[in-house]
Amino acid sequence: MNAPLLRVENLQTHLHLRRGVVKAVDGISFEVHEGETLGIVGESGSGKTMTCLSILQLLPTHGGGKIDGSVELDGENLLDLSEDEMAERIRGPKVAMISQDPMTSLNPVYSVGDQVSGPFLYHKLVTTVRDAWAAAANGLRRVRIPSPERRLKNFPHQFSGGMRQRVVTAMAIACSPRLLIADEPTTALDVTIQVQIMALLRSIQKESRVGIILVTHDLSIVAGLCHRIAVMYAGRIIETGKVRDIYRNPQHPYTQALLEAIPHLGQKRTRLAAIPGQPPNLMDLPTGCRFAPRCPKRMSVCDEYPSATNVGDNHVVNCWLAAKH
Amino acid sequence: MKVVFAKGLLNALISILGASLIIFIISRLSGDPVSLMLPMDAPQSAIRALREELGLDRPMWEQYLIFLWKAVQGDFGQSYRWQVPALTLVFERLPATIALASAAFAFSLMLAIPLGVLSAVHRGSWIDQIGRVIAMLGQAVPSFWVGLILILVFAVELRWLPAFGAGGVQHVILPAIALGWYPVAAQTRIIRSGMLEVLESDYIRMGRAVGTPERLLIWKYAFRNALLPLVTIMGVYFASMLSGAFVVETVFAWPGLGRTVVEAVFSRDFPVVQAGVLITTILFVLSNFLVDLSYGLIDPRIRL
Amino acid sequence: MSVTSAPAPVPAVATSGVSRFTSRLRLKGAPWVPLFILAMVLVAAIGGETLTPHDPNGLNLGAAFKPPFWQAGGTSEYLLGTDNLGRDVLSRIIAGARVSAIVSLYAIVFSGAIGTMLGIIAGYFGGIIDTIIVRIAEIKMAIPGLALALIFSATMDPGLSTVIIVIVLTYWTWYARIIRSEVLSLRERDYVAFAKVAGCGSLTIFFRHLLPNIFNTLVVLMTLQVGQVILFEASLSFLGLGIQAPDTSWGLMLADARQYITYAWWGITMPGIAIMLTCLSSNLTGDWLRDLLDPKRRQL
Repeated sequence: MNAPLLRVENLQTHLHLRRGVVKAVDGISFEVHEGETLGIVGESGSGKTMTCLSILQLLPTHGGGKIDGSVELDGENLLDLSEDEMAERIRGPKVAMISQDPMTSLNPVYSVGDQVSGPFLYHKLVTTVRDAWAAAANGLRRVRIPSPERRLKNFPHQFSGGMRQRVVTAMAIACSPRLLIADEPTTALDVTIQVQIMALLRSIQKESRVGIILVTHDLSIVAGLCHRIAVMYAGRIIETGKVRDIYRNPQHPYTQALLEAIPHLGQKRTRLAAIPGQPPNLMDLPTGCRFAPRCPKRMSVCDEYPSATNVGDNHVVNCWLAAKH
Repeated sequence: MKVVFAKGLLNALISILGASLIIFIISRLSGDPVSLMLPMDAPQSAIRALREELGLDRPMWEQYLIFLWKAVQGDFGQSYRWQVPALTLVFERLPATIALASAAFAFSLMLAIPLGVLSAVHRGSWIDQIGRVIAMLGQAVPSFWVGLILILVFAVELRWLPAFGAGGVQHVILPAIALGWYPVAAQTRIIRSGMLEVLESDYIRMGRAVGTPERLLIWKYAFRNALLPLVTIMGVYFASMLSGAFVVETVFAWPGLGRTVVEAVFSRDFPVVQAGVLITTILFVLSNFLVDLSYGLIDPRIRL
Repeated sequence: MSVTSAPAPVPAVATSGVSRFTSRLRLKGAPWVPLFILAMVLVAAIGGETLTPHDPNGLNLGAAFKPPFWQAGGTSEYLLGTDNLGRDVLSRIIAGARVSAIVSLYAIVFSGAIGTMLGIIAGYFGGIIDTIIVRIAEIKMAIPGLALALIFSATMDPGLSTVIIVIVLTYWTWYARIIRSEVLSLRERDYVAFAKVAGCGSLTIFFRHLLPNIFNTLVVLMTLQVGQVILFEASLSFLGLGIQAPDTSWGLMLADARQYITYAWWGITMPGIAIMLTCLSSNLTGDWLRDLLDPKRRQL
């Protein structure tokens, strides 16, 4: 088996606020291979977005965040690099990110051409501004935006939501990164546009063998693009495995509840299934299993944090129920 | 855009008209406008002629229309001190004031922009603190006093710069600083808070995520967005500058409209005061109008 | 919530604006130095002549141009030095504080009352009344402050009352605009609508519901205006269009001292520092009050 493109080991991102320490990401480990898509699934507050920001070291400047652990990309630990090195070498050429809200991801007062051509210049893929704009036009073409040369001069507000997300994607893949992080790329979009964006990402992956981390709270879109899934809860990964295994044989009660919650046609229930209770306070976490307070299958042993159990072909879960069998 | 232009122009005209009415009312407040417009030793014939001309025996609204009609033709009466039409004198002195106000404005931006941006980028650091102190002090002192202190330090003690008059670039430095000092505080604050907000935005993060150099991120991509709230209040501070020009020009004996009007008040040369105030008002209203138009330049969302 | 259920009880607006103000007032973190300075100005204003070490108008040509006591040639008899007529600078500053306080008081009360009244009327009644008032304010604001003062002073005799009238004419719009937007937002709130439905007359609504809520804003505005008024009056007096001799004003002191700038630096420095400290105190206190009473407007 070839070496992973990205290897995250015991990543911890703690936010030191005045009121206390928020353990947004509390020791997670995972791998992503070339040409593979890993889906990170969880509720809001589970730490999925923080994980993405930690890989790129893009935490809010005044949030008091500290990142520990290791994030190895092609064998190089990104956390050892300085901010300048990250900006010059990593962000753009090696790793790039697409955010959730296309309405706010683009600078409203600069043209699309200005923004998409930027990365080509910063990372010296071209030498002149004219070449950069030509490359930007190609980029827009690649993400299937019609009449790219004309549209370069337009401003973000002149594009629809789905189009804007394509523009953002073009910016992200401009320098052909090895890893693309997509943080809920379709949450703010129409269902029909969602399908298109997913298809776009799939085709990009086929062309360039880029590794993708797809972050979402919506398990229903995961199946189309992801090869493997990691389920996050309260800052930790509680189950990972191949998409098929997770869907067919979810082990953790939380994963099971997430799958239950997806509404499908023909289902007999009329009320949407929701998971009762609230996620824990990230400043004051219990020592045992963090899902236990809401778990319908809770046992007394759950007061101790469950260790990892291998239940199949690369299918790992942190739950005492699985450990029992 | 055309709608914005037309609407703005209409508002400007209404404001100017209304201001002319206020000026007219004030000029009639003393009860005897003729005594304001003519020197005390004017002959009876001149007094009678003026009464006739101003239509003082007609009803008020007619007098106002006469006033307006003459104003539109540029006739504000004669400056009896200088023996030229009041408006001519005003236009003669106006360029100097515009030059001073522009220099002052440039100075205030030269100070406020770096202070504001750096305060935001280095939030909480000593730069931020110093910026805040400067801003605070700036708003607590009258511009004429700043002028006096500047004269004391730079002209009297150090003898680096001249204390009065106009002539070369060195003459405009001290007055421009004195005049431009006051808005620095508010401008810095607005730029700072604008930048703080913009720096945390998604699009800046996106820019960072594709490796945009930090300097470009701050000064090109973030700054332009932070400019918008600044442009909003520019108009207000231009007003305070036109206001301040009256005193600063007096302190530095700057040969502009401000000093001319102040002197006219003391020499009871009312036509000049009237013309000067109206022209200042028109200048102010027009500059506000231009500021509104300039939104379109900065924010493409408002264009077309 | 179903239509048949009872509406939520109307909050008792019986808590007066004053008690709401005092309950939010927290003495911790108060700007002590600015408050102290403002208190001193007030004391100087009330105390008047009794507090001055010398007669502010007492001429003593033999003691002219004495520097402050820490400089060579100065004495502790004239702590901040004397001016060209031998008058004690410190005493004149204290006397000037009196004028500043009086002008501030009248100006704030009158412009505040007029501005607030117009703001409430405009905001509450809306429609054409609102349009007219807003338009008048806009037109007035088209004339820069000092310009208005100048043309006014050209027709009226300069003096204390003229200064106050000019300040009122200049600053009423300040209050009117802010109070108007406060009233506009209050008007949308439930309890005013409820009171209307319950049959309260306009006047009742005004006094019992609107006024207490704008009280906090008014306090902040008035505190901030002290500094503005002092700056304005100083400028007017400096030009010679404000306070006239034999009354003392800080601005007037600066005008007098101007010609002797080359050999009496304290003449133009001391009154200016007095202006600066007072204005700074007013601004800081106003900001503190604003943060305290209206967290929405807190600046980063």
